[in-house]
Amino acid sequence: MESLDLLWGGLEAAFTFENLLWACIGVLLGTFVGVLPGIGPAMTVALLLPVTYGLEPAQAFIMFAGIYYGAMYGGSTTSILLNTPGESSSVMTAIEGNKMAKRGRAAQALATAAIGSFIAGTIGTMLVVFLAPWLAEIAVEIGAPSYLAVTVLAMVLVTSVLGSSRLRGFIALFLGLTIGLVGLDLSTAQSRLSFGNPLLADRIDIVVVAVGVFALGEALWVAAHLRRKPLEISSVGGRPWLAGDDLRRSWGPWLRGTALGFPFGAVPAGGAETPTFLSYVTERKLAGADSEFGKGAIEGVAGPEAANNASAAGTFVPLLALGLPVTATASIMLAAFQSYGIEPGPQLMTDHSDLVWTLLASLLIGNTLLLLLNLPLAPLWAKLLRTPRPYLYAGILFFASLGAYAANLRAFDLMLLLVFGALGFMMRRFALPVLPLILGVILGPLMELKFREALSISDGEASGLVNEPLAVIVYVIVALAVAVPAVLSLVRRPQAADPDKEKELVS
Amino acid sequence: MSGTIVVGWSADKYGAAAVEHAVAEARLRSASVVVVNATRGDALVDDRYARSGDVAVLESSLADSGVPFEVRQSMGPDVADQVLDVADEVGATLIVVGLRHRTPVGKLVMGSVAQRILLGATCPVLAVKPS
Repeated sequence: MESLDLLWGGLEAAFTFENLLWACIGVLLGTFVGVLPGIGPAMTVALLLPVTYGLEPAQAFIMFAGIYYGAMYGGSTTSILLNTPGESSSVMTAIEGNKMAKRGRAAQALATAAIGSFIAGTIGTMLVVFLAPWLAEIAVEIGAPSYLAVTVLAMVLVTSVLGSSRLRGFIALFLGLTIGLVGLDLSTAQSRLSFGNPLLADRIDIVVVAVGVFALGEALWVAAHLRRKPLEISSVGGRPWLAGDDLRRSWGPWLRGTALGFPFGAVPAGGAETPTFLSYVTERKLAGADSEFGKGAIEGVAGPEAANNASAAGTFVPLLALGLPVTATASIMLAAFQSYGIEPGPQLMTDHSDLVWTLLASLLIGNTLLLLLNLPLAPLWAKLLRTPRPYLYAGILFFASLGAYAANLRAFDLMLLLVFGALGFMMRRFALPVLPLILGVILGPLMELKFREALSISDGEASGLVNEPLAVIVYVIVALAVAVPAVLSLVRRPQAADPDKEKELVS
Repeated sequence: MSGTIVVGWSADKYGAAAVEHAVAEARLRSASVVVVNATRGDALVDDRYARSGDVAVLESSLADSGVPFEVRQSMGPDVADQVLDVADEVGATLIVVGLRHRTPVGKLVMGSVAQRILLGATCPVLAVKPS
C-alpha cells in the first residue's frame, strides 16, 4: 500500500489554510464558468494560467483541480435547469434532467448529479492513485518508437472517434500540428514557418493559442450571435437534497456510471461523450419499459453524471503516467506543467512525486469542497444565467488579453491572440472541433522529438520506428481504429449522425 | 373605434398592472390594445420575456375583457426603442408602462426602460404602479 502512504503525504501537504483557500477559489471559479454554456473548463484553465505564474506549482495545481471538477459539475446545472448542455459531456444529463426539472424535481436532479459526481470523482481519483504509478513503471521502459506510436494512437483516436466528422477532426489536428511547428526546430535550431520574424522564431506560446482559440474565438462567436430568444429556466425549488426512494434509485447508476466512465477516460481516446451515452443507454435498458424514462427518471441523471466525472478522473492516468493529455483541459494542464519547467512523461511520477501526490490529494479535496459548497449554492448559480452576455464577455476578453500579454510581456502576442481568435471563430463557423487542434499544438513537438530520437538511434533507417513489439501492436490498433469504422460504414447503410454531437460542435 | 393603446408588458406584477390600466382606458376610449413584450435577448435567461404559457394566459384574459387586442414579442438592442417603434407604427394615442422602484445607483447601472419611453414618446404616456 505504498501508494496510499504517498497519497497521505500529499493530503498532509495539501491541507494548509492557504492551499484550501486556493482549492475553494478553484471550485467556485470552475463552477462559475461551468454553469455558463460555451465556457468550459479548458477555457478557464487557459485564462487563469497566467494568474498562477506567481504561485507555487502545488498551489496552482490545487486550483486547477478545483476548476476542473467545478466546471464538470457546473455543466450539469445548466443541462438540468435550461436543457442547454454547457459541455459535450453533459448532453446526456440534459435529456432526463430537464424533464425532472420541468416536473418540479430540479432539486433532486441537481442533488443526484452533485453526489454522483462526488462519488465517481472520489472512486476515480483513488483508481488513479493505484493505476498511475503502475503504468508509469511500465512506461519508463517504453522506448522512443513505442512512445511515438502511443502519441499517434492518442491523436488518431481523439480525432476520429470523437466528434461527428473525421475530416473536420483531421483538419483541426493538422492545423494544430502546423502551429506547433512554428519557431526554432528543437534539435537543429533551424527556423521554421517564422517568415523571417524573430518574434515568431521564439515558438508560439501555448497559452496564446489556447486563450485565442477558446476565449477570443468563443467571444467573437457569441458577439456574432448576440441576440437569441431567452430560454425558459426551471426553478431550483428549495435546497437540493436526496431522500429515501431517490437515494435508493441513484446508487446503482452512480456505481455503474463510474465503472463505465473511468476506463474511457484512462485510455488515450478519452472523452466523456461515449461513456455518458453508454451509461444512459444501460440505465434505460435496466429500468425496463414501464420506467420513468422519457418523463424524467433520476437514473438517467445519476448514471451519466457519475460517468463523466469518473472519466475526468481517468484522464489523469495517461496525463500523469505518460504525459499524454486526452482532453482539452488535460492539454492545458500539461502546458501548465511545462510552464513550471516540469517535463511530463514517465519520469514525472519519480522526479516530481511530491507534486503529483499533492495534485491527486487536491483532487480529492476539491471534490469534497464541491459537494459542500455547491449543494447549498445551486439557486445562486442559477441566477448567474441572467447575466447579460456583453458584461460577461467583456470580463473574459479582459482576462484573455491579460493572459496573452502576461505570458511573455510583449505586444506581439496580442496580435497573435487576435489571429488565433479569428481562427477559433472560423473553426466554430465550420464546426471544426477544438480538441484535436490543441492536442496537435501540445503533442506535435513532443511527437517530433520522439520521432527524431527513434530515427537517430537507428541511423535514419525507417525500420527504427517499428523495432519494438509494443510500437507494432499500437500501430495495428491505429490501423484498426481507422479502418474498422470506414469498413463498417461501407457495409452498413449510412446512418444519420448523432444530432446531439453535431449540435455540441456548433454551439 | 378610436385610437390604439400600446402597453409595455413584462410577465410580472408591473406588466399586469400596466395591462389592467390599459384595458380600463381602452374601454373608456373604445380603443384597441397592442401589448408589446420585448427583450434584449443578450442573456441566457430573461425573466421579463414572457414564456409561451404566460402569453396564453394574457391572451385569454384580454379576450375575456372584450377589448380588441394584439400581442407582439420582439427582440432588439433596446427594449424602450422596441415599444416606441410599435407605438409609431400603429399611431398610438397612449402608451402604458409599469413603473418599478429603482434606487439611484440601480438606475445608473441598469438604466430605466420606463424613463426612456417617457422621454422618447410622441404621445401621452400613462405610468402605473402595481397596487
